[in-house]
Amino acid sequence: MEHTVNETSERQKPQTKALWRVFWILLILTAFEFVVAFGLDADTFKYTKIGIFIIMTIVKAYYIVGTFMHLKDEVKTMIWTVILPAMFVVWLLVALVVEGGYIGFVRK
Amino acid sequence: MAVAKTSLNPDHLTWQGGTQPMKVGYGKLMMWIFLLSDTFTFSALLISYGLIRYSAPSFKDIMPDMTHKTFEFSQVYWPIPERVFEAVPFLHGMSLPLVFVGLMTFILIFSSVTMVLAVEAGHRRDKADVEKWMLWTILGGFTFLGSQAWEWGHFITGTEGGLLLADGAKVFGANLVQNQYGPPAFADLFFFITGFHGTHVLSGVVLNIMIFYNTANGVYEKRGHYEMIEKIGLYWHFVDLVWVFVFTFFYLV
Repeated sequence: MEHTVNETSERQKPQTKALWRVFWILLILTAFEFVVAFGLDADTFKYTKIGIFIIMTIVKAYYIVGTFMHLKDEVKTMIWTVILPAMFVVWLLVALVVEGGYIGFVRK
Repeated sequence: MAVAKTSLNPDHLTWQGGTQPMKVGYGKLMMWIFLLSDTFTFSALLISYGLIRYSAPSFKDIMPDMTHKTFEFSQVYWPIPERVFEAVPFLHGMSLPLVFVGLMTFILIFSSVTMVLAVEAGHRRDKADVEKWMLWTILGGFTFLGSQAWEWGHFITGTEGGLLLADGAKVFGANLVQNQYGPPAFADLFFFITGFHGTHVLSGVVLNIMIFYNTANGVYEKRGHYEMIEKIGLYWHFVDLVWVFVFTFFYLV
């Protein structure tokens, strides 16, 4: 019975183009990270590499949260409800990593 | 008010008060709030890693002449992660830094895509498509868990040579108190961070199986909408997102 209902009702076409696009972007960014990891000398370009990795990670996070989790399509208040508290994590990160440096300095 | 509940929203998008804050259903909003709290937990773990790593000496502090090419493991200084994780199943003895982790990343990203395709199929109320993509997602989840189990096994067992300590004793592999690759804290953080993430993947797979079961039984078809796929989808993408951060801060940096 259900089958007849499904077949007579109009079938919508899948809208997956944007989703696959994001998949390729994520794949290429990850591949690029590998190129950087092995292409750049770790002794001379240590902080350049770390910088590139962090930027790549944020770009990937933007695509996952924006497109896969559809946050881009939500209303503005919804977006800020999620993004704003998460941004305070950056402060904790900076504070504690700097603190870690001091702990190491005192131990020496 | 003279006007009673005349909302045009479908029932699942309407809260008891009749209005809908931020134009999302109750369950979806609560999933977002939960994921936000989970973000804080994972951030705390990764930030602890940052603090402990920066407080521990690097090999440059102890051995100024050592470079990344001549790097050797010691319990005195922090290891270079890509030198620790360079084993791949079936390719015994070969040095392939980050290849297996890269594969795991790919598997998780791919299962994220199949999940979002299931969500999309849910919007179209295409039951067969939802089932198909959910199965792929579940398969991806299991593959990732298996890979992680292998990696843990390798990390715990260690290399054949082990690490020779100053007192002549040899250490093989890593556990919570001994670590052949570096300070014990490195192994502790590895177990806690990837373990906590792996637990999330495991719960994700269980949830995915549950919604696959419900889809196959026509529960969402009867309900008239596939919002549950969306909610679990949010969780699954979050797990993928966390892995992106773990991959960068644990394996690459």
